[in-house]
Amino acid sequence: MIKSAAAVIVGHAITLFIRLVTAPRAIWAGTEPVPRQRVYFANHTSNADFVLIWAVLPGFLRRNTRPVAASDYWLKNRLRAFAGRDVFKAVLINRDPEARAEDEDPVARMIAALDAGASLILFPEGKRNLTDTPLLEFKSGLYHLARKRPDVDLVPTWIDNLNSVLPKGEVVPVPLICTVTFGPPVHIARGEDKASFLGRAHDALEALAKGGEG
Amino acid sequence: MIHADFSSLVTGLILALTAATLIAGGLRRWGVPEGTSILVETLFTRINTWWAMVVLLSLAAFFGRGGVVVLFAILSFAALREFLTLTAKRRADHWVLMFSFFVALPLQYIFVAAGWIGLMTIFIPVYAFLFLPVLAVLRGDTSGFLTRVAETQWGLMLCIFAASHAPALLWLEIPDYSHKAILLIAWLTIVVQAADVAHFVAPRIMGRHRIAPAVPHSRTWEGLVGAVLIGTALGTLLWWITPFNTWQAMLMSATVSLVGYGGGMVMGAIKRDKGVRDWGHLIPGQGGFIDRLDSVVFSAPVLFHLVRFFWAAG
Repeated sequence: MIKSAAAVIVGHAITLFIRLVTAPRAIWAGTEPVPRQRVYFANHTSNADFVLIWAVLPGFLRRNTRPVAASDYWLKNRLRAFAGRDVFKAVLINRDPEARAEDEDPVARMIAALDAGASLILFPEGKRNLTDTPLLEFKSGLYHLARKRPDVDLVPTWIDNLNSVLPKGEVVPVPLICTVTFGPPVHIARGEDKASFLGRAHDALEALAKGGEG
Repeated sequence: MIHADFSSLVTGLILALTAATLIAGGLRRWGVPEGTSILVETLFTRINTWWAMVVLLSLAAFFGRGGVVVLFAILSFAALREFLTLTAKRRADHWVLMFSFFVALPLQYIFVAAGWIGLMTIFIPVYAFLFLPVLAVLRGDTSGFLTRVAETQWGLMLCIFAASHAPALLWLEIPDYSHKAILLIAWLTIVVQAADVAHFVAPRIMGRHRIAPAVPHSRTWEGLVGAVLIGTALGTLLWWITPFNTWQAMLMSATVSLVGYGGGMVMGAIKRDKGVRDWGHLIPGQGGFIDRLDSVVFSAPVLFHLVRFFWAAG
């Protein structure tokens, strides 16, 4: 009881903080902020990425949207576990296939969250992109989700500038303006193979980066 | 702090803005339907911003000189955030950005608030100017070095240094005027805003001849003439709130309008170079803070030094 109240308060505090620092703006280009079940798949450059998406989503969407995150990072200590599990209600994924227990299949966990009615925030690159290329190759998770739950909207979501606010290894964020662009949803075609679908999703996300301010 | 002249000026502004709001509202209701005339729509959003300016400056004045300094520090922060969002930077610039936001900006306004005018006028052009590239090079990334450093320094000079000259006007010792120097900030803002809106309206009435082919098409000779005429006329009419007599007020407002116009052109050129239409999105319908403050930022240091040289004691 106390814990869940604290989680709500901390959630609001974090959202307010990121709004003050980055004055974020949501650009809905080809999709609308309506309560449909969705998987927002985004580029990943910073640990605060999903917080930013969370902060620009309207409250009625935010409450029902859960990030998919790595358990090795979010269960490292009690503070992170509180943030990850209670505040953000993250779907925690074990990234190491060797160490996975029977019930830790990532796709099964994401499907379970979708079937419980949640929308997801997913970073299909699988890790933070610290290179100069705008977007890395996608892992196959998005494809499995698309195939198993073809009715869910897959919304490409481009996060701009957050990596300048807090680059990897830095502690203090600097206030720069960030934008989050939501593009037209992608769906899997009947019988589409993995490579072609992932390529299409990748291109849809990359196209938003090039659109920029527009 | 709140002087009788300030009260009458604010009363006058509130009356003028109320009239403007009613006229614009009436035009929208009976003359030009909502969304059909860019002229009326722009005037409408401008009027709303002017309301905000009057309220903010009056509130700040209520808290005295400190209030005005805090107001401009916040505006500087918002402008610097917009500027540095668009400048060239790499991961190695994080310390430089931290220095700009968390050291240079607060220090500059502390110097203003302490009345250390000498230090305030050299801190950024000398110390920050020399220290910032050293901080950048310490991180060891030299690609695009000069561009990164120079663009950041531009942000510091405009958004912190130049902007801070507006509140610094309150610390000039002008005989028989110092206690009401906030009127000078109000005068500067009114002249520049009037020139700004005249530049927008004049070409729509008189036609347009571009000043230079590559600069944004809104910069026309008609706009320039309109801006300087209206700015000068209003600035001269308001001579009674300044330390100037009428002809001095005329010269000063012409200067301020011209410099402000140049500032608007320069900031427009930077936007075009960076491929954006507006500096930000925080002021509904008009882009960012820099979009509204560019001409004030350019004219504030010029006004400050002219007044300091010709009118201030000591």
